[in-house]
Amino acid sequence: MFRNILAIARNTFREAVRDRVLYNLVVFVLLITGCAVFLGDLTAGNEDRTVTNIGLSAMLLFGVFISIFVGVSLVSKEIEKKTLYTIFSKPVGRGQFIVGKYLGLCLTLLVNVAVMGTGVSLALFYVGSGSLAASIWGTVTLIFLELTIVTAVAILFSSFSTPALSALLTFLVWIIGHFSASLKDLADGLGSAAAQWIFGFIYYVFPNLSHFEFVTLAARGESPSAGYLGGVFLYTLIFNTILLAITIVIFRRRNLK
Amino acid sequence: MKNVIEIRGLSKDYEKGFWKKKKIRALDGLDLDVAPGQIYGFLGGNGAGKTTTIKILMGLIFPSGGTAKILGKDISDVEVHSRIGYCPENPYFYDYLKATELMDYFGQLFGLEASKRKKVSEDLLARVGLEEKDWTKQLRKFSKGMLQRVGIAQSLVNDPELVVLDEPMSGLDPVGRREIRELIAGLRQAGKTVFMSSHILSDIEALCDNVAILRSGTLVATGRLEELLASEDGDRAFEISANGVKAAELISIPEAISGAVVTEKPSGASIQVFGDENIGTVLTEIKKAGGNVVSVQPVRQSLEELFVKETTDS
Repeated sequence: MFRNILAIARNTFREAVRDRVLYNLVVFVLLITGCAVFLGDLTAGNEDRTVTNIGLSAMLLFGVFISIFVGVSLVSKEIEKKTLYTIFSKPVGRGQFIVGKYLGLCLTLLVNVAVMGTGVSLALFYVGSGSLAASIWGTVTLIFLELTIVTAVAILFSSFSTPALSALLTFLVWIIGHFSASLKDLADGLGSAAAQWIFGFIYYVFPNLSHFEFVTLAARGESPSAGYLGGVFLYTLIFNTILLAITIVIFRRRNLK
Repeated sequence: MKNVIEIRGLSKDYEKGFWKKKKIRALDGLDLDVAPGQIYGFLGGNGAGKTTTIKILMGLIFPSGGTAKILGKDISDVEVHSRIGYCPENPYFYDYLKATELMDYFGQLFGLEASKRKKVSEDLLARVGLEEKDWTKQLRKFSKGMLQRVGIAQSLVNDPELVVLDEPMSGLDPVGRREIRELIAGLRQAGKTVFMSSHILSDIEALCDNVAILRSGTLVATGRLEELLASEDGDRAFEISANGVKAAELISIPEAISGAVVTEKPSGASIQVFGDENIGTVLTEIKKAGGNVVSVQPVRQSLEELFVKETTDS
């Protein structure tokens, strides 16, 4: 079982490594970070904050872009190109395939985030903020964990929907995920039972991505504690496991025409 | 000996339309047995249900009804796939991989050790006639025929007991077809069972022990190839060759025997009649015209004729 998952994950990673589009995206983020260094000159005394804000935000946005567009095509491309035919004629379960593809993309994201994080760190060193260069890595970890959730959502939608619709739905979930906690607080404040029920439902069903928001604090030199990171890691693990389990249940019933 | 493939009442409906209420029956109550150690031809026109059947057997789509077993195991048992090989029609592979990488990847999925994967990959790529210089090229640079060869090679990575080939000759040139035909014949010699669909009837005729013919999702003929070809019409048709006589001198034959056809040949004439009771009359007429009978042969219909008869209304 694990042998197949590992083989599929390695092959997914190899596919990403040989895909020039991903390189272009990473290079683009590094360029933005480089531009932030020069932009920082305009914000006297706040160069490090500007570089951190722009660098980490670009990392998150482009990471989400990669997660959504690679995530929704992970399964659909294999069905469309019929590469799945030869895979499932081997002793490979559909669950193994989904988990393998997911882990392969997570490994790709990990490498991308590490490269982009290194770029931001180097830019911070350049503007003379060695302490921020080190402290951003907790936030970089949170960004990576958030991307693994976005990827799991993208794979879930693509297991039963078209790539375009899956991308749109995943993007909406990402947006809602960032506001679900605020919306719940708002509904609680309003006191309306219907609003509380609706936003409570959204809060508990959608991923609560406000847990992963740390870019602004990181720019102030703060770093998430090990306990906080551990809690978010556990939340991510549970949420992703549920999402993948639903994906596998759906995908097991799908006819690969 | 147990059948390698056992299909009972297999049906498949495809749902159409936005609400998926309209159903199209692609396969209708198929029963089929494939005994071990033979090459089994699976024939039918476009949309007859061949690929649907193969996809159900490979677990790619699910049947609407009926059951199917491979090597005694239900098709839902993924583990049975470790004993089978499959090459789909117009195979598609990860085009960023090299041929050797693809073979290695598939070898991993069968749990083969690294050293064995390398050896098996190289042996098979050579066996399907892929030149060594192409082994390390990315598959995106491969022609259709080269991909077909890789497709057949990958179907043998695990030394399978059953090999399922969907249109294995597709995209191959005549030399390639001959090579793959020999390879398939070699699989039978090695005790493997081959289940293949093909539109190239000459290959089926040359290779297959048994065939099944599908039409609109229904089995219309099945059995040993020579028995099917020696059908009722074929048994009753005879061709009588004669020399020393011209076709014009045998005009009395079509007048006396309904359906008889006399054809002029360089050395004489050829007469085709239906029914062995008419042979005596033909021989007498040839003698009367001063000719000599060279041969009397039953006419066996070709697979093409059988295929056309079973798969069309005409």
